[in-house]
Amino acid sequence: MIDPDTDIGGPLHKFPATNHSAIINARSDDRLVRRRAFDTILASYWKPAYKYVRLKWHADNEDAKDLTQGFFASAFEKNYFATYDARKASFQTFLRTCLDGFVANERKAGQRLKRGGDIDHYQLDFAAAEDELAAHASASLSPEDYFHREWVRWMFTLAVDAFRQRCEESGRIVHFQLFERYDLIDDEVSYASLAKEFGLEPATVNNYLAAARRDFRRIVLEKLREITATDEEFRIEARSLLGVDPQ
Amino acid sequence: MKWLSDEKLNRLRTVVSQPDFSATKYTFVKELGRGGMGAVYLAEDPELDRLVAIKVLNTPEITEDLRNRMVREAQIIARLEHPGIVPVHDVGTLPDGRIYYAMKYVRGSRLDEYAAQSASLRDRLRKFQAVCDAVAFAHAHGVIHRDLKPQNIMIGSFGEVLVLDWGIAKIRDDPRASAAYQTNDGAVIGTQNYMSPEQARGQIDQVDERSDIYALGAVLYFLLNDQPKISKAAHAICSKAMASAKEDRYATASELSDDTGRLLDAEPVSAYRESAFERVSRWVSKNRFLVLLVLAYLLMRIFLIFTSRR
Repeated sequence: MIDPDTDIGGPLHKFPATNHSAIINARSDDRLVRRRAFDTILASYWKPAYKYVRLKWHADNEDAKDLTQGFFASAFEKNYFATYDARKASFQTFLRTCLDGFVANERKAGQRLKRGGDIDHYQLDFAAAEDELAAHASASLSPEDYFHREWVRWMFTLAVDAFRQRCEESGRIVHFQLFERYDLIDDEVSYASLAKEFGLEPATVNNYLAAARRDFRRIVLEKLREITATDEEFRIEARSLLGVDPQ
Repeated sequence: MKWLSDEKLNRLRTVVSQPDFSATKYTFVKELGRGGMGAVYLAEDPELDRLVAIKVLNTPEITEDLRNRMVREAQIIARLEHPGIVPVHDVGTLPDGRIYYAMKYVRGSRLDEYAAQSASLRDRLRKFQAVCDAVAFAHAHGVIHRDLKPQNIMIGSFGEVLVLDWGIAKIRDDPRASAAYQTNDGAVIGTQNYMSPEQARGQIDQVDERSDIYALGAVLYFLLNDQPKISKAAHAICSKAMASAKEDRYATASELSDDTGRLLDAEPVSAYRESAFERVSRWVSKNRFLVLLVLAYLLMRIFLIFTSRR
């Protein structure tokens, strides 16, 4: 069959080395480094994991909370993520498989987990996750696709939040406000009306928006870099997340 | 943290994947297409009040040296003035480091779409000849396309043929012509089914005009593939153009164009040695009217001889 796509690559193709990967740091012998890496993974995955447990395992909200807390606590204590091999699957798939294994084992043991005592208890906003689930549960997607979609949504949500924070810290809140108005809230609004509203020239609105998108894109890629182990995985996830090759 | 609806999420993904043209004179309009090497966007040039097609290349590990080389090569390609070669208006770098080319925006169909619209064999061969002529012109100026395929050939609204996407072309006989996308370790570029064996092996120094001839052969094969009856001569042209060894291929795109022209005119092609029977058959097929006339005359004579004897 004809493959119309031009391609670039080859057996010796190289990409830049991965830095700042929480997945790699999760293998560290240094508990502090490992803790920090683990917190990054937890922040990136707890919500899709919770929703996935609710949907796939038909867990009620209390059960799902305990299972999610239990899974991440166990993952840190037993160092699950150190065994991840990027050649076999994406980290996302690996985590989901570990989660399935954990829930299956818990169910098999017939335990209703009540975590506490010496086990970590993370401060996670399960109520918000529950509200989102109630309002937007998807019957049309498989649990695996649902997990992926919710992970993408969560990554972008975190990126928007990080972008807002950076703009506030750097005194560029107008950049964020324009980005929010034009790209997040109102798709009917024009550059001219925004210029009037913010007291700017339309060309300035154009430049601010371009800069805001560039910064936002960088933040999304930074977040992705943190939770991928290899450059290849990073590129694959970036293509899946953004539809473009990261530079 | 605000929850993002599907609509907002899709909007954000689209926004983030768009190129940043803020440092250029162009205004983003929409995405036209996307491939392994990059994406093509429709943009507006407000200075000249016209639409342009902008190809943004996905280039891993871009260095200053590679960037300079690519810009220089784009300048050389921009000087190729031929009706069959899409003009490059501009080349530059986006804020994220990616290279872009601004080209004429061609309205029409790609060659694969054109073929799918059940174009006749003769039309297809004529278009193919025009492609060969454009490529021959580029070769004469030392430019090797390296990514010829139906998706990179446009048939304009008036039937004009334009070869697009010279973004990974190689400049021959340039001491620094390791060219865009060549890496030190021999990365492979091109499109699988249209790539010559030397290109597929990553032997960049072996890639020359005959690598483009191979791709042209593959394009011809694509054009003939769905035709009900293909002559041995047409097959032979494809086979010669797509020979594994470079030296067995046509030496120039003009030779390939000439052979295609002979095929159109039902003349003997250089790629195929006919038997005496085939030669007669072809001659008869080409001169069908004359043959019918002679036959009618002979029959009439026989009839007259026969009736006069009685």
